Amino acid sequence: MDRHFSSQQMGQAGDERGQVARTFAQKALARAAGLDSVEVGEVVDVRPDVVLSHDNTAAIRETWLQFGQERIVIPQKLAITLDHAVPAPTTRHAQNHAEIRAFVREQGIRHFFEVGRGICHQVLSEEALVLPGQMILGADSHTPHFGWLGAFGAGVGRSEVAALWATGELWLRVPESVRIVLEGELPKGVTAKDFALRIIGDWGADGGLYASVEFSGSGLEAMSVDSRMALANMMAEFGAKSSYIPPDGKTVAYLHEGLLRRRTRKSGAASTDDRLPEIEEMGVFPDEDAAYRATYRYSSDELEPTVACPHTVDNVAPLSAVAGTEVQQAFIGTCTNGRLEDIAEAAAVVQGRQVAVGTRLLVIPASSLVLQEAMRRGYIQALIAAGAAIGTPGCGPCMGNHMGVPATGEVTIASANRNFRGRMGTRDAEVYLASPAVVAASAVAGRIADPRDIV
Amino acid sequence: MIQGRAWKYGDNVNTDVLFPGKHTYTAKGREEIASHALEDLDPAFAPNVREGDVVIGGRNFGCGSSREQAATCLVYNGVGAVIAQSFARIFYRNAINNGLLAIVCPEAAQAIRGQEPVSIDLERRTIECAAGCFEFPALSATVQEILEAGGLVEQVKRRLASVRSNS
Repeated sequence: MDRHFSSQQMGQAGDERGQVARTFAQKALARAAGLDSVEVGEVVDVRPDVVLSHDNTAAIRETWLQFGQERIVIPQKLAITLDHAVPAPTTRHAQNHAEIRAFVREQGIRHFFEVGRGICHQVLSEEALVLPGQMILGADSHTPHFGWLGAFGAGVGRSEVAALWATGELWLRVPESVRIVLEGELPKGVTAKDFALRIIGDWGADGGLYASVEFSGSGLEAMSVDSRMALANMMAEFGAKSSYIPPDGKTVAYLHEGLLRRRTRKSGAASTDDRLPEIEEMGVFPDEDAAYRATYRYSSDELEPTVACPHTVDNVAPLSAVAGTEVQQAFIGTCTNGRLEDIAEAAAVVQGRQVAVGTRLLVIPASSLVLQEAMRRGYIQALIAAGAAIGTPGCGPCMGNHMGVPATGEVTIASANRNFRGRMGTRDAEVYLASPAVVAASAVAGRIADPRDIV
Repeated sequence: MIQGRAWKYGDNVNTDVLFPGKHTYTAKGREEIASHALEDLDPAFAPNVREGDVVIGGRNFGCGSSREQAATCLVYNGVGAVIAQSFARIFYRNAINNGLLAIVCPEAAQAIRGQEPVSIDLERRTIECAAGCFEFPALSATVQEILEAGGLVEQVKRRLASVRSNS
């Protein structure tokens, strides 16, 4: 237990308070709906704190125009990043970005992030635009990412974001919850990505379908913020509606830093919202005896480096089973594994080594802050010295737009989140998913390799 | 009543094979979006699908991205409904929000074979195919309301209009 949250706050027993025990999802949805409590299966109208969109904002605007409004009703809640195809690879993409910038100007959107700032989930985390207990709805399937900080994040469609712009609210069904307990610190060479792939492999790509996936246990407490983000983010591939990791001192410290950075950047411009919110007071915790659809328990010492094989994320194998598979491309980046910790691990693997002949290594930091810090610490220099190509912060080739689309018949190993057929832009190409260290080791070996055999 | 041929696929039909990511920020208009439907899974689908045809999936149909074209590319091709053992949640919402009937009916999804005729009776909540007649559960009131309005955009327009007339 850390200094920020007392044991009373963590997981109260529901009956002690004379109330029915509630999951995190029930509490977060009740808050967002302005209700005292909500039942699983109930449909409620929620008012999210943040509404996210990215390169899809121009298409959302087209839908919103049908409502005949001049102004959107919640401009202060919008957060818009240009990240999915940046810098614009074609004239059509450039036109799309131009329409978004015009919309941002016209509607006075404050939280707009230009080409190069980074991937939406990483940027909004760094900017502390979402705080514990809050709700973010995003036109992006990896919005469960915000479970890392104890917020309720769910992906929705473009039309739904247009409806949010027009009304500020949207219906959500209160989901059942699945509890996943991890005991013990992850052993060396085993990462949150391996844990996520193991979960998805064990229970299937629909194992968390419609559910709020709520984590707990000493393994989570031991995890860094970067690792928590990778884990929460990957729950999108488990079918989850949202995910949740209990906020603690690490969460508060990270968010405080983000708020301070934002305040400093405003260079003293006095504003009433310069006051730092009491983040410690905002945490929402599930009751200890809340009802879960299922509880899955893991012990860290049973986990090992894990790889998802083509063409589904639940087609997992232990690294040892696929080691030796030749790869032509290795890609480190994305909202799942493009953070400082990931780049540090990759740099440690390639330090003093060279990417294999016949293989290329792409490294695309998740944000400009990650890139700056990785440069300051010499990681980027080590990667470039090993032969890596560094890309502009953004989603890169993850969904096949640009910056590393494979040729037909080629094999890619990526620290990304999806390996569906055609995902990286080429129908007959294979994508393996793994942790950044495994991707870096594979780049050096020219075939899928265990970093523990190299370093 | 929806009547057409079945286009049958397996489990985890994901949004990248329904509508590839490389087109999501550039494809505009019904025809262009329709032309990319299922292009990485079944290139014969888009050129041959007909009005009223039904897409059949296994578990977790529509998993992956939130891209709405994964649903609208089917709508723009005239697909009458998708029947699956289960749906990924964002796809399900996108389908309903665009007036595309998404029916959870594991028995029918398993029994229907590719290219056979299927008919769906919305009032009786039945699906008829060669193997027999299957009942499917009632849609939730929220979902019914959106479908009856003709999709989410129409529903929101109505709501905004009633707010304006009351103020």
